[in-house]
Amino acid sequence: MSLTTAHSVVAPSANSKRIAGAIIIAYALISIVPLLWIFATSFKTPPDSIAYPPKIVFQPSIEGYCNLFTTRTRQTPEYINSLGPATGFCDETVRKRNMVIAGPSNFLPRFLNSLIIAFGSTFCAVFLGTLSAYGFSRFKVPLADDLLFFILSTRFMPPIAVAIPIYLMYRELGLSDTALGMILLYTAVNVSLAVWLLKGFIDEIPREYEEAAMIDGYTRLQAFWRTVLPQATTGIAATAIFCLIFAWNEYAFAALLTSGTAQTAPPFIPTIIGEGGQDWPAVAAGTTIFLVPILVFTILLRKQLLRGITFGAVRK
Amino acid sequence: MLNRTAENVARATPEPLARKVRGISDKGLAWLFISPTILLLLAINIFPLFWAIYLSFTNFRANRPNEVVKNLGFANYQRILGDQDIWIAMQTTAHFVFWTILLQTLIGFTLAWLIDRKFRGHAFWTTLILVPMMLSPAVVGNFWRFLYEPQIGLFSYVISFVSGIPPTSIQMLSNVSLAPWSIIIVDTWMWTPYVMLICLAGLRSIPEYIYEAAEVDRASNWRQFWSITLPMALPFIMLAVLFRGIENFKMFDMVNLLTGGGPGSTTEVASITLKRQAFESWRTGYSSAFAIILFVAVFGLANIYVKALNKVKQR
Repeated sequence: MSLTTAHSVVAPSANSKRIAGAIIIAYALISIVPLLWIFATSFKTPPDSIAYPPKIVFQPSIEGYCNLFTTRTRQTPEYINSLGPATGFCDETVRKRNMVIAGPSNFLPRFLNSLIIAFGSTFCAVFLGTLSAYGFSRFKVPLADDLLFFILSTRFMPPIAVAIPIYLMYRELGLSDTALGMILLYTAVNVSLAVWLLKGFIDEIPREYEEAAMIDGYTRLQAFWRTVLPQATTGIAATAIFCLIFAWNEYAFAALLTSGTAQTAPPFIPTIIGEGGQDWPAVAAGTTIFLVPILVFTILLRKQLLRGITFGAVRK
Repeated sequence: MLNRTAENVARATPEPLARKVRGISDKGLAWLFISPTILLLLAINIFPLFWAIYLSFTNFRANRPNEVVKNLGFANYQRILGDQDIWIAMQTTAHFVFWTILLQTLIGFTLAWLIDRKFRGHAFWTTLILVPMMLSPAVVGNFWRFLYEPQIGLFSYVISFVSGIPPTSIQMLSNVSLAPWSIIIVDTWMWTPYVMLICLAGLRSIPEYIYEAAEVDRASNWRQFWSITLPMALPFIMLAVLFRGIENFKMFDMVNLLTGGGPGSTTEVASITLKRQAFESWRTGYSSAFAIILFVAVFGLANIYVKALNKVKQR
């Protein structure tokens, strides 16, 4: 092993590699413990979740998921016995705690709101971003640097500072607590990321392709459509996922500007309570369902991650 | 390289060839492409910003929209700059920003430096380390409240197990001196990977021949680290600090869910004060003035910092 890498005098020694590997693996394992704990808690029963010492081995149960999707009312044992046989696992579990399912909880509508708002705003931001990025990349736009900086500067505002006038504006326009209002707002926030990232991606596509297409008789617009867009697909997809993740994770605007019909999952999940405080298994279940899409995206994105988180400043 | 060639070709192409007569002119197309974005930002960012500037000179309260709005001049600004609570909030923010950035930079750079050894399986473990930063700070921050619960919380349990302190007395969120650290720990856990990733890019940008030359000159490993590795990775480290600094100066979601600014106001960072003033006390004019001050502060500090960053880059 050490002989095969000996061509480089500066390659780290096998020993230093081993130590480095051990430290990194230890850090990685410790840092994902909180996430594993979320996953484990989602399969605990409420008593197991608050046991002391914390239970690492436990009998898995989907009670947390049952509680996440339903609302329940406490009933007397006589009343519960008078009911017919339980209609499902959740029904059965809930009855054991002297409760009956009263109806669906708000989790599903909130989760759907998150989907609609995240995908809607991502589509708009990437659409606008692609056009602007192409404009800035290929044409001499007067004051281009100032405009690009202006687009970015909107990110310097603390979200609460933006939320104050937006709150008043939306109240006047009737956009408070609507999906449209949230889509517009998230689009405005995300478009700065989209423009900066996509400009980097489009800058990397050689102009020769378009010039060639235009010499062949395409108009500029056709050349953009037929040559630039297909080559920018990877960049557009990566940008879209970054926008999606931002909109999906966003909390401050959602918490201040939505309260009911348009509320997304992040402000909703912390409000899940059971009897006597936070229902941690249900919260963990909601958190798990909420986090899984992001985990998938992170793995898909790992090659573009650096670029995305630095607004294209570091490309590697 | 390829880009430059392409640009040269484009420049050498005669104008009439590059510009097609039919269809929209390039200039028209450029504006057609850019203006929707600019219009959206004008409507959702700039118009509200000017509205906030206007409000900051008034005593407007959003919960009493029908009351007569009085023009106060600079009174709101004067009151903020003389307000003890605002200064305490700024100090809390500074404390939070300082410690999170220090810890994240130290740990993040060390991790990157170790990963750069390219041990077997490093790509997999790097991806695993990156996971926390992609998650929602609000949703994950909310769950950390459970980990911090005295006794039943995993964090408190592990700390008491290791240190021998009785588990009931580890009150991370309700103890005045521990609460600021509880938010620093979560932020460091979440965002160290971010700094690590940028530092890793910096380390990988250092060409190997520089180390080879140093080796020929018999520079010690220690010497190589201080005169090659660190200076050449510095622009990247500074970039990571810039991004984290701006983000943590604005920090709201994670702190709001973990401590809500409490106990008392020990973890009340600027954004929490802003929220309390604007959406709980409904002092819209006053909080707008505070928002403008914060915006100018971030913008000004970031500008000065970027100038320093460019100087380091040019060296």
